[in-house]
Amino acid sequence: MKVLVAMSGGVDSSVAAAELLAAGHQVVGVTMRLWGGESDTGCCSVSDVDDARRVAQQLGIDHLVFNFSDDFDRHVVDPYVRAHVEGLTPNPCIECNRHLKFDRLSERARLLGFDAVASGHHAQIEVDDFGKRRVTRAVDEAKDQSYVVHMIAGDELDYTLFPVGSMTKEQVRAKATALGLRTAAKPDSQDVCFISRTGGRESFLGKRIPFRPASVVDTAGNVAGRVEAIELVTIGQRKGLGLPGGAPKQYVVGVDTNEARVTIGDEALLFTNAMRVADVTWAHTTDADRLRVTADVLVQSSAHGAATPAVVAIDDDNTVRVTWVEPQRRVAPGQSVVFYDVTNRYVLGGGVACAD
Amino acid sequence: MRPEAIEVMRPYLDGMYANPAGAHRFARQARQAIDEARDEIAAVLGCAAGEVIFTGGGTEADNAAILGAVRRSGGVAVCPAAEHHAVLHCVEHVSGVVVGTDQFGAVDMAALERVLTDESIDVSVVSVMAVNNEVGTITPLREVSRLVRKHRPDALLHSDAVQAACWLDLREVTSLVDSLSLSSHKFGGPKGVGVLTMRAGRHVEPLILGGGQERDRRSGTHNVAGIVATARALAITDTERPSEVARLDVLGARLSSGITAAIDDAITTVPRERRVPGVVHMCFPGVENEALLFLLDESDVCASAASACASGAMEPSHVLAAMGVERALAHGALRMSIGHSTTDADIDRAIDVVVAAVRHLRSR
Repeated sequence: MKVLVAMSGGVDSSVAAAELLAAGHQVVGVTMRLWGGESDTGCCSVSDVDDARRVAQQLGIDHLVFNFSDDFDRHVVDPYVRAHVEGLTPNPCIECNRHLKFDRLSERARLLGFDAVASGHHAQIEVDDFGKRRVTRAVDEAKDQSYVVHMIAGDELDYTLFPVGSMTKEQVRAKATALGLRTAAKPDSQDVCFISRTGGRESFLGKRIPFRPASVVDTAGNVAGRVEAIELVTIGQRKGLGLPGGAPKQYVVGVDTNEARVTIGDEALLFTNAMRVADVTWAHTTDADRLRVTADVLVQSSAHGAATPAVVAIDDDNTVRVTWVEPQRRVAPGQSVVFYDVTNRYVLGGGVACAD
Repeated sequence: MRPEAIEVMRPYLDGMYANPAGAHRFARQARQAIDEARDEIAAVLGCAAGEVIFTGGGTEADNAAILGAVRRSGGVAVCPAAEHHAVLHCVEHVSGVVVGTDQFGAVDMAALERVLTDESIDVSVVSVMAVNNEVGTITPLREVSRLVRKHRPDALLHSDAVQAACWLDLREVTSLVDSLSLSSHKFGGPKGVGVLTMRAGRHVEPLILGGGQERDRRSGTHNVAGIVATARALAITDTERPSEVARLDVLGARLSSGITAAIDDAITTVPRERRVPGVVHMCFPGVENEALLFLLDESDVCASAASACASGAMEPSHVLAAMGVERALAHGALRMSIGHSTTDADIDRAIDVVVAAVRHLRSR
């Protein structure tokens, strides 16, 4: 096969390229240039592109750079900023996967005659008990990234390869070391690529939107503190709320951007029996029908969080009502919520947590 | 590189390796090679040998002229918006004035004149490229020169002539300006060697200080082999220029008409009479040039689209933006360059490959 492998300059995608090559595929590496602004982190800095190119040279494959910075602004950065204005907690890396890696890039790959797009994600694509291909948990549970690639659906499942999903991280690094790849010991990237380590989220957003101060009130409506930027406040947060020291722990339990009001309360108030999920992508269009019958699922709502039992029901407006088996901490609106089958192996679909 | 240029540089990488600034017989050999190269280049440029300064490339030559002028006299640097970044970024760096261009990327004369007649702007250097590197447009330098001399006789008039060497009579360019820059690899010489001319009586602050080479105008040990090869390549370019211009003018026109004949909405960015023969620039609506370049590369046709950033990604062209070309259309820009090694058969193949690639990308 002719495979286009997305190379971030990290060890996983380096080894992904090497594995494909060893399997006899015709491999071309590509690094997407996504963020045109200032940054010192993440996966699209010039030195990361250098690493990707040098690994490609070492493997003897061609390496391309595609400039998708306009698309990245439109689909990732602008929505990230807007979400904060609306009091949401967005997940830009997932939107990048949705719109850039597994849409824009795969569309380009098809146009250029490639048979598949590969990436270094720790996830697999396997056939489930019902004969459907699905994003599947990685062999390395601790590194599993099926959550961040949950939106791969339909035909895209046939077009996507995750060559390192069947390897542990340790095996990946050992492979890179054995091949003498310069990325063998490179640390995993942790941060949002367009947010600088020095300035952080506050500095990034501060240059783009006016921050609004907000009062911090308890559940009875008494003013307890004040924040300078309601846009930076997240459900469940308990620091930086201007509260006096020594008092019992209080958590953000509500963010009302219209009224510029942050509500705090005891941890117990963070727990809820249900939530609603919008913009849901199902791996297969028939999944929604099946879920109307068998609605027991496991729900994961952060990159490395536990998958928790719940019952889901699809409403007429296509949002999904999640009813937890046991009460759970509330998921911040804007976060991605992914549904797994009860064996906790296959991704059924996923969407975005709604404000109540 | 031109084989003749490779040939003449070889001895200076091997037996005649001395530093020309030395005081021994071998140094004198190297020194003589540089003196002769300088004479040869001065003859092509129609200037005095003392007006030729060797640099480490065209970018350095542009930097030396613009930053050097501002450092010497203060004042404001002026250039058009479609200049090469070697000029544009210098002018921006010293908070200079960037003037607009016409629809083909040549400086807007009326806008330039407005700046030159604005008494609140203390213009110390005006830099206008002779030929645009991206779209091939020839600047009416005579008119630029007339305006600058009329309104700002004391300002340094510099021209980035890097893209002009193969196509324009450099004697004429030299006669119209105070300083110009050349880059050796644009005419078949080695990379990393440039030429800056500086008209006698004009002075700029040197960019690079050190041992005082090049009459204190550019320090650093001479790249003897590179300089010798540069002179050879430029001399051959100058000799062959009239016949090559005529030959490539026909080939370039055939390339663009061959493509437009098959793809009727292809846009020829600059008409033949406004551009040099060596640059054929086109835009294909609805096509993304990153994808197009990949397909051309697969078929062994090497072209470009715009300048690349440090990561190697293609940047949206500032030249096309200055010309008023919409961003969406600029994404479909293709720059094809032809030169002394281009044959008739190459043109046929390029037409076939470009047409097939554009059709393929549009079929999806």
